[in-house]
Amino acid sequence: MTKWTSVLAATMLVLASGTCAFAARTDLVLGMVLEPPHLDPTAGAAAAIDEVVYTNVFEGLTKIGPTGEVLPGLAESWEISQDGKTYTFKLHTGVKFHDGTEFNADDVKFSLERAIAPDTVNAQKALFAKIDTIEVVDPATVKITLKQPQGGFLYNLGWGDAVIVGSESVATNKEKPVGTGPFRFQNWARGSSITLVKNPDYWGEPVSLDKAEFRIIPDAAAAIPALLSGDVQAFPSAPVAEALDQIKADARLKVVIGSTEGETILSMNNKKAPFDNKLVRQAISYALNREEINAGAINGLGTPIGSHFAPHNPAYVDLIGTYPHDLEKAKALLAEAGLANGFSATIKLPPPPYARQGGEVIAAELAQIGINLEIIPLEWAQWLEQVFTGKDFDLTVISHVEPNDIDIYSRPDYYIGYQNPAFNKVIQELDATADEAKRKDLYGQAQKILADDAPVGFLFQLPKVGVWDAKLEGLWENTPIPANDLTKVKWTE
Amino acid sequence: MTAYILNRVLIGLATLLLASIVVFGVMEVLPGDPAQLMLGMSGSPEALANLRAQMGLDEPIVWRYLHWIGGLLTGDFGRSYTYSSPVADLIRERLAVSLPLALMSLLLSTFIALPVGIFAAARRGRLPDTLSMGTAQLGVAVPNFWFALLLIYAFAVWLKWLPAGGFPGWNGGIWNGIKSLILPSIALALPQAAILARVTRSALLDVLGEDYIRTARAKGLPRGRVLRRHALRNAMIPVLTILGLQFAFLLAGTIIIENVFYLPGLGRLIFQAITQRDLIVVEGVVMLLVASVIVVNIMVDLAYAVVDPRLREAA
Repeated sequence: MTKWTSVLAATMLVLASGTCAFAARTDLVLGMVLEPPHLDPTAGAAAAIDEVVYTNVFEGLTKIGPTGEVLPGLAESWEISQDGKTYTFKLHTGVKFHDGTEFNADDVKFSLERAIAPDTVNAQKALFAKIDTIEVVDPATVKITLKQPQGGFLYNLGWGDAVIVGSESVATNKEKPVGTGPFRFQNWARGSSITLVKNPDYWGEPVSLDKAEFRIIPDAAAAIPALLSGDVQAFPSAPVAEALDQIKADARLKVVIGSTEGETILSMNNKKAPFDNKLVRQAISYALNREEINAGAINGLGTPIGSHFAPHNPAYVDLIGTYPHDLEKAKALLAEAGLANGFSATIKLPPPPYARQGGEVIAAELAQIGINLEIIPLEWAQWLEQVFTGKDFDLTVISHVEPNDIDIYSRPDYYIGYQNPAFNKVIQELDATADEAKRKDLYGQAQKILADDAPVGFLFQLPKVGVWDAKLEGLWENTPIPANDLTKVKWTE
Repeated sequence: MTAYILNRVLIGLATLLLASIVVFGVMEVLPGDPAQLMLGMSGSPEALANLRAQMGLDEPIVWRYLHWIGGLLTGDFGRSYTYSSPVADLIRERLAVSLPLALMSLLLSTFIALPVGIFAAARRGRLPDTLSMGTAQLGVAVPNFWFALLLIYAFAVWLKWLPAGGFPGWNGGIWNGIKSLILPSIALALPQAAILARVTRSALLDVLGEDYIRTARAKGLPRGRVLRRHALRNAMIPVLTILGLQFAFLLAGTIIIENVFYLPGLGRLIFQAITQRDLIVVEGVVMLLVASVIVVNIMVDLAYAVVDPRLREAA
């Protein structure tokens, strides 16, 4: 008997080792530049939070897919009332949080009410501003009533800021996030790495990876050897734009240039002379050579834009030709504005290389039409305080990375200081429209008004330089929202 | 001797108190609102006000200082704004990397520098001296981050003997932890060793020129014995001073090396805390560093007394 057992054991061992040798890898180490300050996406604006936990650990009623489309999440389906004000969500059943507590309609009500509470620390309060009441119909049905119809409501619910949290675990989500997703949080070695492991009790399609570690590598000089040595197998947003040739030379690695939601613009202070004059802004727009700026700022990897809209969005209108590079026209417009001899101004640049390097190219270009810029480099904290909050600036270069954020130009007290009633009207209408075709048309109108008014100089869409092992598949090419969705990621061998 | 030590400790405490005021004051006048920075470009004014209140930033400065100092005295370093976890925990986690790293580099640099320095001094002006001091000069001049990158490409990318960076934590096994600190400690140690070797050599040469060395040689003591018994002991004082300074530097002055190897050490914590205006973390770490410099200095003073009996008696 013992003999048989040992033979059996030996056979199984051989079989087991055999399968091990042929099975694909199930672990993954991803690099990321910025460490999240904490891991609760409903209580912080940092994109790094979503880059770890969105759809991996936490899920919302809806989910944003790789091209920015709205997909069902914890809600398996929904109905919208005729007047566009009432949304009835049918929830998945049998869903459990990672701490074992059950997910149901009460958690939806709790999460959204927490987000709209007066003392909320949700960084995207505006997403939920139209919500009037949240009603639990039965444990698997939630009815949300809006104050007015809101076209982008389902999209808004797909943001990381709108994920569903459990009332039992909400207090500790910052350090030990507990969600409903296919991965559960395992460990956070601060300053070093965050580890997620597969959730065996996941309600939906199980994931292929057993373990995913996000390793924090802030320095570009460190990111390259980490990839080359294989210590890190994927760097979805790699700070290696300057060293792409070195990486491309390695056949084991794949380089994927995608798009982000980052419209990179030369912001002008529309409330301050001479930038309050449309002629001056147009002159500057004509003086910009987008190709040159793209090359200098980001190694030519960006996609030129002519308005504040992402080229990968279905509603995108190509307006790059609105102000082609034309120095004569630029000078003529300046003269028409009474500034034939040019003027002096400042350009305040935040730390990212695209801003610092792009700003230098812009300063050189504007000098050609007699605008002398003094370059002032700023730290993030100073930039936020002086430029963004204090509105004490002439020009700045910045990437607006929030998804679908063309409405920022209609915000009354925004730092750019642009105001156009016609534009505001389009945005209001957009907000109240749910019909896709009509929304697309309105988005087009908004883009055209902006392009023509030239409140800022539209430069390029920030690229996403992804580098990962050639045997890895399922990572997002683009960044429609900040996320590293690992649900479909697997090793092919 | 007791009075000597007591005197040192009292001066140390006064320095700490003074440092706490300076550190707190400097962090207050730095531009940049921590709450604004946490919310970035997307925060609404209401969210900002709520966050400021939550972080206690709306209270008067004197009150916040007293609150902080009171906490320090009871071992409570406060809570990090950005990490929202206790600062003491953060520091402890980082020390688990920085302290072993500092010790490893210090040991390495001492083991390289002392023999080289002594060897060079003993063969002053001859080829070995010229060679070793030339190398040391190179060691001082080569930027350590560049040297670190060379090490990474050689040992991680090419030979694949050691990881290119990162720190797996001590839970993953002592050897794994040490393995990830080998390259960084070499990168840190070499420039330090170069400085230390030069100091050792010149200190030793100074002593070797003294009359009593000639006397010792004249009464027939062998060269090696003179070097060890008479010269080396006396040459140790400047060497110890440099060692003390280097330890303080290695504990938190290693931001660049920590970045190249993406190690979660104290240097990176403080750098990140400054850029994110995580004032309470900066203040806590700086106080810890001030305290460690003071302690190291006291220890160096005590070591002087050990190598030089005259200091013991004078005190």
